[in-house]
Amino acid sequence: MTLRLDALGQRYGDHPVLHDITLTVPDGQLLCVVGPSGCGKSTLLRTVAGLQPAREGTITLDDAPVTGVPDHLAVVFQDYGRSLFPWLTVRDNVALPLRRRGLARAARRAEADRILERVGLDGTARRHPWQLSGGMQQRVAIARALVCRPSLLLMDEPFGSLDAQTREDLEDLLLEVHRTDATTIVFVTHDIDESVYVGDRVVVLSPGPASRVVLDLPVELPGKRDQIGTRRLPEFVALRSEVGRVVRGA
Amino acid sequence: MSGGRGTVGHPQPAARPAFAWRHAVLRLVVLLVALGAWQWGARARGSVYFPPPSRIALRAQELWFSGPARHAFLSAAGIGDVLPSLGRMAAGFGIAAVGGIAAGVLVGRSAWAYALCNPVLQFARAVPPPALVPVFVVVFAFGAPMQIASIAFSAVWPVLINTAEGVRATDPLRLDVAAVLRLNPFERLRFLLLPSALPHIFAGLRLSLSLSLILMVFSELLPGTANGIGFTLTDAQSRSDLLTVWAALLLLGVLGHLLNTALLAVERRMTGRRRPT
Ligand SMILES: Nc1ncnc2c1ncn2[C@@H]1O[C@H](COP(=O)(O)OP(=O)(O)O)[C@@H](O)[C@H]1O
Ligand SMILES: [Mg+2]
Repeated sequence: MTLRLDALGQRYGDHPVLHDITLTVPDGQLLCVVGPSGCGKSTLLRTVAGLQPAREGTITLDDAPVTGVPDHLAVVFQDYGRSLFPWLTVRDNVALPLRRRGLARAARRAEADRILERVGLDGTARRHPWQLSGGMQQRVAIARALVCRPSLLLMDEPFGSLDAQTREDLEDLLLEVHRTDATTIVFVTHDIDESVYVGDRVVVLSPGPASRVVLDLPVELPGKRDQIGTRRLPEFVALRSEVGRVVRGA
Repeated sequence: MSGGRGTVGHPQPAARPAFAWRHAVLRLVVLLVALGAWQWGARARGSVYFPPPSRIALRAQELWFSGPARHAFLSAAGIGDVLPSLGRMAAGFGIAAVGGIAAGVLVGRSAWAYALCNPVLQFARAVPPPALVPVFVVVFAFGAPMQIASIAFSAVWPVLINTAEGVRATDPLRLDVAAVLRLNPFERLRFLLLPSALPHIFAGLRLSLSLSLILMVFSELLPGTANGIGFTLTDAQSRSDLLTVWAALLLLGVLGHLLNTALLAVERRMTGRRRPT
């Protein structure tokens, strides 16, 4: 699904947050959006998700303007503890989006279990989210996002509060999902290394107010990405320092 | 599976068993000491106004619980007085609970409705409920409809206000999640608003339950009542039968305690599968 932002602007009252954002995310691309805290990354995702109307400009998905929450969209939020429903089991959390597809109960459960296995959570279906570690909870949130096979996946600093090892595991899970499903993904992070490791392309927003796009960089790295080899490549190091320079405003 | 360091949450155990056991014994001891002191004091004084608890309990038993086993040991008076009281209370409390939760969700869902209704609700809650009974006497005349209406109208406010507060306190991020998952209004109610407001709702229900008991008795104290525990009270008082008055008070205390315990058990069952947040 192709996402197109055209002169998008957003504000809270008199406080401008985003200004004149023009971007095209082609079908199947994994776009990373980087920027300092408070520059409007979450606001950008919320606007694309149709959770708040754009104040200026337009957003289109496959040429259809976004008004309200689009179909085939899924979102993963940073705060898994709040985004999951603690009163539902892991399986029921994951199966929740399937209700609107009109599947029977047994089919919903089977589908949820299948996706849980895919994200490495087999055997946790009947537990409750708060009985799992942070990394596993975020896997549940990812499973809930994937279960409806979205064509656009938005992720708002999804790994920001996880420890380094867990974060690397989940980055690789994301890459695997992206390789097999070819979903269009917008991945927000404030971690420069992560953006270069995960993204097909990195976009940097300037510090607010009225953030703009200050860098738009394709990420071309040889071979399949892996946590140890890729981060040592000279291409990786060069891209990372370029993004870092722009983020720090040099 | 990834390294699960850090934030593993476990449900809180209620209390360590040894500790809970000691607590229970201690409670029983305090209860027995209090009863013993009462028994001893009442016997020593020998006043007809303050009979000892043993005689009160005996009178309660012979009045209401001396029936045959096939009537669950309820005597004729038990069936004729205790059951009608409980029935009216159940009806009033049930109406208050269902109506209060439904109205509370509606009021809590919309900031506009909440701002509009809140002063009215606070006012309604501030009126001492028994003061409303005369209004219902005029509207319904004496009898069960008046009594049920009095109970329901008094007990509805705590559930309504607490439900509205609980629904308003729903995490905005979870509302975003519900919007992104495109839950329909019914699903949002069932999977998000009600479960998340449940602790508030039960806090309201507990208040409403004790109000229901108060109003049940109070509405039966009025002339024109033909049965019920409150009627037993006034009737015994007019015959200067203080032992029966005390027995009715004992029965009310026990009933109140049992009902509250039952509600707590329901609450624990319904909210037990989540960590207190
Ligand atoms: N609901 C809101 N009302 C008013 N201001 C907001 C609101 N949400 C965010 N902001 C402001 O908008 C700016 C961008 O916020 P946000 O999109 O959360 O940034 P980021 O995700 O990049 O950290 C910040 O200055 C923040 O204070
Ligand atoms: Mg943010």
